[in-house]
Amino acid sequence: MTSEPRPLVELTVDGTPVWVPEGASLLEACRAAGVGPPTLCYLDGLTPANACRACVVELDGSRPLVASCSRQAEDGMVVTATSERVEHSRRLVLELLASAVDLSTAEPQLRRWLEEYGVAPERYGPPAPAVDGTAERPRPGHHAQPDGEHAATQAQPAKLDNDLYVRDFSKCILCYRCVEACGVDAQHTFAIAVAGRGFDATIATEYDAPLPDSACVFCGNCIAVCPTGALMFKSEHELRAAGEWDEERQTITTTVCPYCGVGCNLELHVQDNEIVKVTSPSDHSVTGGHLCIKGRFGFQHVQALEDGEE
Amino acid sequence: MEVHRLPTPASAEERAAVDALLGPPPAPDAEGGPGRSETGRPQQAREERQLLLPALHAVQDAIGWISAGALGYVCERLRVPPAEAYGVAESYALLSTRERPPRVAHLCDDIVCRNAGADALTAEVARALEGDEGATWEPSPCLGVCERAPTALLQIAAGEDRVLAAAEAPAVLAGLRDEAGGEASEAAASAPQTAEPRADGLRLLSRVGLVDPASLEDYRAHGGYEALRVALERGPRWVIDELNASRLLGRGGAAFPAGRKWADVASAEARPRYIVCNADESEPGTFKDRVLMEHDPFALIEAMTIAGVTTGAEHGYLYIRREYPLATARLEGAIARAEAAGMLGEDVLGSGLRFTVEIRRGAGAYICGEETALFNSIEGYRGEPRNKPPYPTQAGLFGKPTLVNNVETFVNVPSIVLEGGAAFAATGTEGSTGTKLFCLAGSVARPGVYEVPFGATLRELIALAGGVDGGGEPQAVLLGGAAGSFVTVAQLDLPLTFEDARGADVSLGSGAVTVFGESVDLADATRRIAAFFRDESCGQCVPCRIGTVRQEEALHRLAGANGNAGEEIAILGDVARAMTDASICGLGQTAGIAVQSAIDLGLLEREGSTP
Ligand SMILES: Cc1cc2nc3c(=O)[nH]c(=O)nc-3n(C[C@H](O)[C@H](O)[C@H](O)COP(=O)(O)O)c2cc1C
Ligand code: SF4
Ligand code: SF4
Ligand code: SF4
Ligand code: FES
Repeated sequence: MTSEPRPLVELTVDGTPVWVPEGASLLEACRAAGVGPPTLCYLDGLTPANACRACVVELDGSRPLVASCSRQAEDGMVVTATSERVEHSRRLVLELLASAVDLSTAEPQLRRWLEEYGVAPERYGPPAPAVDGTAERPRPGHHAQPDGEHAATQAQPAKLDNDLYVRDFSKCILCYRCVEACGVDAQHTFAIAVAGRGFDATIATEYDAPLPDSACVFCGNCIAVCPTGALMFKSEHELRAAGEWDEERQTITTTVCPYCGVGCNLELHVQDNEIVKVTSPSDHSVTGGHLCIKGRFGFQHVQALEDGEE
Repeated sequence: MEVHRLPTPASAEERAAVDALLGPPPAPDAEGGPGRSETGRPQQAREERQLLLPALHAVQDAIGWISAGALGYVCERLRVPPAEAYGVAESYALLSTRERPPRVAHLCDDIVCRNAGADALTAEVARALEGDEGATWEPSPCLGVCERAPTALLQIAAGEDRVLAAAEAPAVLAGLRDEAGGEASEAAASAPQTAEPRADGLRLLSRVGLVDPASLEDYRAHGGYEALRVALERGPRWVIDELNASRLLGRGGAAFPAGRKWADVASAEARPRYIVCNADESEPGTFKDRVLMEHDPFALIEAMTIAGVTTGAEHGYLYIRREYPLATARLEGAIARAEAAGMLGEDVLGSGLRFTVEIRRGAGAYICGEETALFNSIEGYRGEPRNKPPYPTQAGLFGKPTLVNNVETFVNVPSIVLEGGAAFAATGTEGSTGTKLFCLAGSVARPGVYEVPFGATLRELIALAGGVDGGGEPQAVLLGGAAGSFVTVAQLDLPLTFEDARGADVSLGSGAVTVFGESVDLADATRRIAAFFRDESCGQCVPCRIGTVRQEEALHRLAGANGNAGEEIAILGDVARAMTDASICGLGQTAGIAVQSAIDLGLLEREGSTP
């Protein structure tokens, strides 16, 4: 099948003329000009959530900065992607996140940006002590007055309510990727959504029900798109807790999922002869990175079987 | 899509509350029954989804909170995923997904009320309700009745919401026992210019206090519905030309030319088109729209109808904050009477054109006044602003071309139609035509809504309101509410026009003019503003979600002994700059402005460890 090439639009980024196909975003234009801004919430294949605002650029004619991931390129646009002004906002976005969220297991790229931008989260004060597991989320429109010393954070206990994966929202940057993957962009299960408001907004099932009581079908597609490790295979969570998680020691084997005839590509991450997590290439034509419970977690059966045979 | 069933069933009362709104449930095997696939029927899915907020209100109203069983039943009826419905319910302050007493007093502690006895009121109510299982209280942001502060909103399950102002503890407690009478509302107490002898030159307020808000005949006897007749006679092109000639700018805060929006919607390709009236009025210190709606409700309905027949929209939504029960009731009455008289409905004034108006209640969320968050709220989604473009006139409510205007903007329209755009533009200044409603509150002798031609100065306005309490000059004035900025005595002679405000780097915003006398603690007021934004941020974008928290914390460190003033001021500046530059919507973009103006003007310096 051949498709007509899309007409091109011409714009400038940092003074350099670039051409991108009609309908492309300013992010694509920036990348074409070789100045990729940091992106935290954006992921190829998902609807741009326009939430993190790390990818902001100056656009002539617009008073506020615009999120490059969420703005269509138009003929004649003049974009400034490198300036003290955009760097300030990007640094603040990264710094504010680092001051509130545990980014210790975030994607390497995200952690590199924190360094590049020289964030100083400690200047907002010592982190407030973690709330215990029973504390209720403040009701929308209400919050406790600051104590004049500590910085509020997302610190909270991880949710371990099922055998397959762990949710640790102290690591969540609220990028909306998991919600989109569970909903309209892939899974159409709608098991999770954003609940609460402002700083207290969080990813939740209805009434914060444990996952097994929710609509979740354990496809793990949310885990695959999560950039921070807030959603994590239980196997990985346990190895990390034991201090044994070591990507250097891991190999990745590509195979085709044996459970049905669709032919999803699986990448088995193996450490010390054990499958520790399963992914699928996000550019794969069948899966787009998404799997079902069998492909994602079936390895536990494989391992259980093998263990049984030994 | 299969809707996930929740384990707990709804009670009979909960079902009845939902069924009263949605009608009896369909037989289990009927088309459209619960759990059926909606594939290929996006239209129906949309129509069901947009009933989500009304259904949540129905449960909240009847039961006093929304249980998992009730939410599950709503989701089954409307085929909405429970996690999403929960996320929606959990974004509104006036809905509760947690069990609580059926009677709640929301006591305003915002910038005006906190300096008008809110503390003492709260203390007394709190003491009386201690251990009471049937009633409780909560602090509330501005309830929009600042001219009669302090204010309380009573939310009574299986009863009616009611506002008390000026609220006294015995009346609040009696109201919670359902013993208080109806809500008081005297025009002259809210708009002093309408007291006899009435001020000259009132246009927007011309009927306020003169007409019976429940009488269509009275409204017509005072010139009502003349403009609709003229608009129908002259046709859309003429109306839009006059609107353009009037140079009317939007009164909701952004000062966008009204004629341009009307023309864009009228010429949009897509159908249907919608009219939306933004009556969310949640900017602290603002209450002008409430006064118009309470005392001249037909004027707004007529103006929306003119908008409908002019732009080719057949349906209008009037989105009003839940905190305005009296205005809501009066508008409901006006709509019913206008329909009965053929001013609304299938055949507006015999023109053959159709136009209907539906009221939607907000549920306690300032962000839902932002136009695209408002659309999401009506559609049954979380009140999170959308990315712009596309603009509402291209793709607004339900993705269709939408005209959204503020209440005051609409109410200007009938006189533009009647007297012509040029005559309208003769009042005011070149860049700011017509008159403007300002909300004077705080330390003034006669707080209330005042109507003046654009160009009057701040000093004149304060004088109109009887001057500063106890005489003398104000310590500061907050112009435009929490999203506005502080000004001091040096700027009292600023002419109040959009262009002069812009030149002075301030904004008229919503028309709130909150006056702070000598005794007011401005650092405390500034912290309250910061707390407001922290509470009202929708949470979607990082600069606002976390920036508003860090801003409030830095102000508290500044007040206490913990802060290094220079460092805190630097943090506040850095955070404000990123919020202004990189936030998605106007909430985050303005969240740092008042605080920065307080710093620039040295208003925080009265306190302990200050710069
Ligand atoms: C956080 C926020 C709250 C707003 N609240 C209101 C409101 O309560 N009423 C209103 O008319 N406009 C409000 N606006 C402005 C609306 O987005 C929109 O510009 C306005 O309704 C357009 O009407 P106008 O052109 O007649 O002014 C708000 C904007 C923001 C960013
Ligand atoms: S595992 Fe799948 S169904 Fe469950 S929350 Fe994640 S994306 Fe949704
Ligand atoms: S859990 Fe992960 S994917 Fe979901 S919003 Fe948080 S950081 Fe993003
Ligand atoms: S600026 Fe604030 S209110 Fe607006 S979208 Fe961002 S988080 Fe929401
Ligand atoms: S990557 Fe553009 S807003 Fe997050």
